[in-house]
Amino acid sequence: MNQDWPRILDLLAQHVQLSFAALGLALVIALPLAIWSARNRTVAGVTLGFASLIQTIPALALLALFFPLLLALSAIFGDAISPLGFLPSLLALTLYALLPILRNAVTGLQSVEPAMVEAADGVGMTPLQKLWLVEAPLASPTIMAGVRTAAVWTIGAATLSTTVGQPSLGDLIFAGLQTQNWSLVLAGCLAAAGLAISVDLLLGLIESGIRWRKHLRIWMAGIALALGLGAALWPAPSSDRPVVTIGAKRFSEQYILARLIGRRLEAAGYAVRYREGLGSAVVFRALATDEVQVYVDYAGTIWTNEMQRQDPEPRAEMIAEIARWASDQHGVRLIGPLGFENTYAFAVRPDDAKRLQLRSLDDIVRVAPDFVFGTDVEFLERPEWQMVQAAYPLRFKGRRAFEPTFMYRALSLGEADIISAFSSDGRIAANGFVVLDDPKGAIPAYDAILMVSRSAARDARLVEALKPLVGAIPVEKMREANYRVDRDADKQSPADSAAWLDQALSGSTQGNIR
Amino acid sequence: MASPPAPPSPRLARGPAVAFEGVGKLYGRVKAIDHVSATILPSTFIAIVGSSGSGKSTLLKAVNRLVEPDTGTVRIDGRDVTQHEPHALRRSIGYVFQNVGLFPHMTVAQNIGIGSRIASRKPLATERVEDLLDLVDLPRDFATRLPEQLSGGQQQRVGVARALAGEPGLMLMDEPFGALDPVTRETLGEQYRALHERLGLTTIMVTHDMAEALLFADRIWVMAAGQIVADATPAELIAGGCGPEAEALVAVPRLQAERITAMRAAGTAT
Repeated sequence: MNQDWPRILDLLAQHVQLSFAALGLALVIALPLAIWSARNRTVAGVTLGFASLIQTIPALALLALFFPLLLALSAIFGDAISPLGFLPSLLALTLYALLPILRNAVTGLQSVEPAMVEAADGVGMTPLQKLWLVEAPLASPTIMAGVRTAAVWTIGAATLSTTVGQPSLGDLIFAGLQTQNWSLVLAGCLAAAGLAISVDLLLGLIESGIRWRKHLRIWMAGIALALGLGAALWPAPSSDRPVVTIGAKRFSEQYILARLIGRRLEAAGYAVRYREGLGSAVVFRALATDEVQVYVDYAGTIWTNEMQRQDPEPRAEMIAEIARWASDQHGVRLIGPLGFENTYAFAVRPDDAKRLQLRSLDDIVRVAPDFVFGTDVEFLERPEWQMVQAAYPLRFKGRRAFEPTFMYRALSLGEADIISAFSSDGRIAANGFVVLDDPKGAIPAYDAILMVSRSAARDARLVEALKPLVGAIPVEKMREANYRVDRDADKQSPADSAAWLDQALSGSTQGNIR
Repeated sequence: MASPPAPPSPRLARGPAVAFEGVGKLYGRVKAIDHVSATILPSTFIAIVGSSGSGKSTLLKAVNRLVEPDTGTVRIDGRDVTQHEPHALRRSIGYVFQNVGLFPHMTVAQNIGIGSRIASRKPLATERVEDLLDLVDLPRDFATRLPEQLSGGQQQRVGVARALAGEPGLMLMDEPFGALDPVTRETLGEQYRALHERLGLTTIMVTHDMAEALLFADRIWVMAAGQIVADATPAELIAGGCGPEAEALVAVPRLQAERITAMRAAGTAT
């Protein structure tokens, strides 16, 4: 596919900045701790124990754990502390890099021969001179080995920072995984691996330079690393056009809509930047803090997750209330609904629907004890599932959670008998799945709504450029666009699908809100 | 000790007097040294001998404060060693020990010049390094080599040169030649004794080799259980009457010498 090189280079630069910063900070923290630990057994127990404990937390969880912590801090200290993006990524990666540096440095310092220490004392070195002239140089090969390990880990784990809204090479990987675009996944992985290997080789040169006292080698590798960092820090050729950051969550429809918005804004003369693969909670915070200026959310998501409401309301009132709440609480503006809904749609195979006469969720109550329920990974934890259960007494034979892509496949293969599908997903119609009614109205409305941040709301020209999208996307078009990305054969990139959708929309008439 | 003499010529260096006054050191419940009182006259070569664990190394290290005594005072030219900062004190005393302890990441010249580097941040002048290499009978082009390229004997010669670089009056040697082969050991011992005379040093050398002590030292202290049980010249020790510990130690080289003599006599007889 046609990758845009400027974007990959930009992500690479961000990746380098983040991992170098984390590695640098980890060194600043770990080396003094290592010196202290090498001299004191109790301290060593505490520091190494703590670093090992951190290591047992999966990197993804560590990143996520910083979100509530920093959110609490930002409530105290204000906007200086952002719970998203660079800061949580930096902190998590730094903690992660501590162990290899600390452990190797302690080992290195402790394994300096007693004769060296006696000689250093004997010639009259002060403790600081002994550390600097004897212990540090003798321990440095071991310390550098630890730094190399930490560097490789950090560069690898930095791909995960995408999930908390920090651009990195992980953007490519996560987007590729969601849209099953393996060349994109490969591009992200290769770039991250290439970066890790290059840094490891250069650090290896420094390590061997220290070991064999080849100063030229140390200098050359050091300069190469500095040049790399310098290039990453070099400001990208800034366009004279204003830059708008468009956010997207982690599924195909979001990637496509982000590109569609991007096309419209570019046509209006804006430069755009994408921050994709953000978690549901993350993306709304990013809009509220103006790190993202535009994205599409769903009414029910804001209603249940952000506003903590469980009472379904008619959709017009609901959207009006969300608009009021978003503006009052976060200064965020709701431009309007796009015209389609992406709600949870319970779907079954057509043969089952016919044989068992399944039309609505009421019918499912009857057959549930024989049915396996397939869901996406988060559905069973969401308030919507509570609401559905409150309305329909469903007791399934079993439950299985899948990535969305595999959820549809599981239904057609019989691994699941009913799934919590997404109503705008093209794979429902393509497989002929039957969507069940919700006669009790348990599931809130999930109208796609276009939201802009405080700063974007003040930009009348930007708002004007986006207004034509309001009420313009019928669900059939969205399904078709989604299917172009999600289908197994002849896949399109989200950008290409967005181009198709843009074309299709300009052909159709506007204002057809269902 | 006294500050180095004004014109920094090693020929004029004069060894200081050293005095132990009721010096004691406990390791747990073991008395490593037990209220030792003794004096060393200026420019004397003292050898401390004794079996392992007799406290000889501990006593030596009390002088440059690598060991801090629990009781008593060590004085150099009448001055309490604790009046100096440990690192300042050690810079004025030469220290040579069995493991040599050359810094493997520094060249021979850098090792010899380390005292100058840590005291004044200046590397030692090339001519001075060459003088010191001459002094310990090493080729001048060794200056740029790394310790790992040297033999054990050569390494210890560099160790002696490093100890002498600061022009100390007092040299402390802790089994300096213990790890070397007998021939190298004999040569180095001879040459060091000559240097000791030429530079007018005070030398305290710990050794487990009584023959070495008898051949090179002016006086010998025999230590047992943390105390000096004999303080005598080599001649007095060989003559006997200095106590059972001294007798036992002297007996070894004497017996060896007698057997060798007997063998030679037998060889010439046949």
